[in-house]
Amino acid sequence: MGNVLRFLTRRRGGDRWHWTDVVTWVWLIGGLLVMFGPAVWLVLSSFKTPAALAAFPPTLMPYVIEEAIVAGYDRPLPLYEVRQADGRTVVLAEVRRIGIVAQMVDPRAPETIVKVNIADRQPVEKVSFATSNYTEPFVHFDFLRYLWNSVFVTVMATAVTLLINSMAAFALAKYKFRGQSLILIVIVGTLMVPLGVIMVPLYSMISALGLFNSLWGVIWPTVATPTGVFLLRQYMLTIPDELIDAARMDKASEWQIYWRIVLPLATPALAVLAIFSVVWRWNDFLWPLIVLSQSQLYTLQVGLNVYAGQLNVQWHYILAMTVVTMIPVVLVFVFLQRFIARGIATSGLK
Amino acid sequence: MSNRHEGQEARPARRSDGLLLIPVKAVMQVIDVPLRAWQRLAGLTGMASFFLLPNMAVFAIFVLVPFVINFVYSVTGGTEIFLDQRFYVGAAQYRDIFDCRSYLDPSTCVEDGFWVSTRNTALFVVVQVALMILVALVTALVLNREIAGRSFWRAVFFFPVLLSPVVVGLIWRWILQRQGLLNLVLYELFGFEPYSWLTDRNAAFAAAVGVTIWARVGFFALILLAGLQAIPKELYEAAEMDGTRRTRVFFRITLPLLMPNLLVVLVLGLIRSVQVFDEAYVLTGGGPGTSTMYLTQYIYEKGFASDLRDPGLAAAASILMGAVLVVLTLVQMAASRRNEKKGER
Repeated sequence: MGNVLRFLTRRRGGDRWHWTDVVTWVWLIGGLLVMFGPAVWLVLSSFKTPAALAAFPPTLMPYVIEEAIVAGYDRPLPLYEVRQADGRTVVLAEVRRIGIVAQMVDPRAPETIVKVNIADRQPVEKVSFATSNYTEPFVHFDFLRYLWNSVFVTVMATAVTLLINSMAAFALAKYKFRGQSLILIVIVGTLMVPLGVIMVPLYSMISALGLFNSLWGVIWPTVATPTGVFLLRQYMLTIPDELIDAARMDKASEWQIYWRIVLPLATPALAVLAIFSVVWRWNDFLWPLIVLSQSQLYTLQVGLNVYAGQLNVQWHYILAMTVVTMIPVVLVFVFLQRFIARGIATSGLK
Repeated sequence: MSNRHEGQEARPARRSDGLLLIPVKAVMQVIDVPLRAWQRLAGLTGMASFFLLPNMAVFAIFVLVPFVINFVYSVTGGTEIFLDQRFYVGAAQYRDIFDCRSYLDPSTCVEDGFWVSTRNTALFVVVQVALMILVALVTALVLNREIAGRSFWRAVFFFPVLLSPVVVGLIWRWILQRQGLLNLVLYELFGFEPYSWLTDRNAAFAAAVGVTIWARVGFFALILLAGLQAIPKELYEAAEMDGTRRTRVFFRITLPLLMPNLLVVLVLGLIRSVQVFDEAYVLTGGGPGTSTMYLTQYIYEKGFASDLRDPGLAAAASILMGAVLVVLTLVQMAASRRNEKKGER
């Protein structure tokens, strides 16, 4: 036994286990549970029926009581395992329940009604995924609309961000003109002006421009991102000036230099900014909440919050919609996680 | 291994990419015609201003101008949102905010909502940032060790960072409610009776702190991890050769050399924490009562909630919050400049 333990705990290089090794693995395993557990719980819960969601203690998997069609009854009856006086158990179907006594029938002999104390029976359960939680919101809520609005805002904002940020970054990286450093300082200084600080005047600005209750009212204030300009400029500084001079010799216009030489070379930085922009815009909440007051304009985040804030929260729909809202970000995470991690580690960008 | 990787990168772009770009190329070619004319007319500087124009225009309209008129808002009164329908009140909004018999007790203030949310925010910031840095530091130290599947473990802690605050808030609302996962765990392990955590003042505060840490810690752990990996291995080898104890190595080598990154994490954490809104709002809605009402939510409700609307007061409050953020950002810039200088030496 001692040998087995020594074998299992032996390590490369023959070092003994240090207390920090124990802390490391406790932290990692605990982290796995705490970080992924809630999301897994959300997904499992999203497949439960409203009845299962209201039960305590909740079960891990989505269960429903099995039902059977019994001759003489027009609706399917729930099945229970009943322990009889002689110790045997039989499966009976419940007709109705009065207080602590249930009237039950044997599905094979539906004529005689048996009275059973409810303490003597256990429901017959099976794992069943309530996919209607996912399909019904498309009918009951404007779910498809919200999805479309979110996709529209995300795609448009990202496209505009990439275009105007890269143009500004090109000007700041590859031209010399007066006031250049001032512009750069102003742009970096904007980092100090988050939405929370200017929401009142920004709202009046948006209203004055007729952008209140419009998806473009959500998009415009977000596109001139200072981080985007800064990131792209730093990258474009590494593109050699000789390339640009050579293109000028060949009579290329400045615009052609921008989109045929500089943009293709800046693809890695553009990709990083695109990923961040998609995640930012998809997740935006406070500003859409202010600008969009008509329900057909809600983005997913606003729509989710509104439905979750109602007095009678329909959790079975909310949970399923939350899972759908999570999917694009989880895809980004799965495929681009390394990429983003490197971006944060090197630039501190979020 | 490295050869195959290079080979992949050297492969030319697929044909389908080119096909997709044809309309874009056509548009760019058309735009080029008037731009050439402009270039002949205005020269290279003119082109520079052309490239800057779209971004700076959007920036001016949606950031700079609002930033300036925010001050105008803060000296006007009334419930109207458009400036021409508002009237000048001077410093009355600020006077109202600071009109307190005792600054230690928000209930003696005219604008008690502001002081309650300020006190809540201050408490939140102190507790949240302190705990978060601790968790991020331990996580970074753990991830910096030679463990099997390191990139997997790094991904585990990073996962919630990308989730939207609304999703984060809803996930945890679902877990902390009466039939939730937390109650299930407590019930199975200790036989606790189910409890509605978010209706309890202290538990709601703890939930707001815990949930924001859960959602952000991966981001800060990554910054610290980058700092840890930049510490030269020779230092540790030398310490090991001298037989230095691990705790001493940590306090004498790791911690001092990690200080610059810790400072960045501290200030970034403070800046984000002061503005806390999304997760907490979805999680608790500011309640129970006003126990998790934070400054951004106060400004939002003063500015836009119809029954107690006062945009001037909201603007004044937002300027006070902005002042705190400016100070923090300046500290961060000074800190990162000092880091750069250190790196050069």
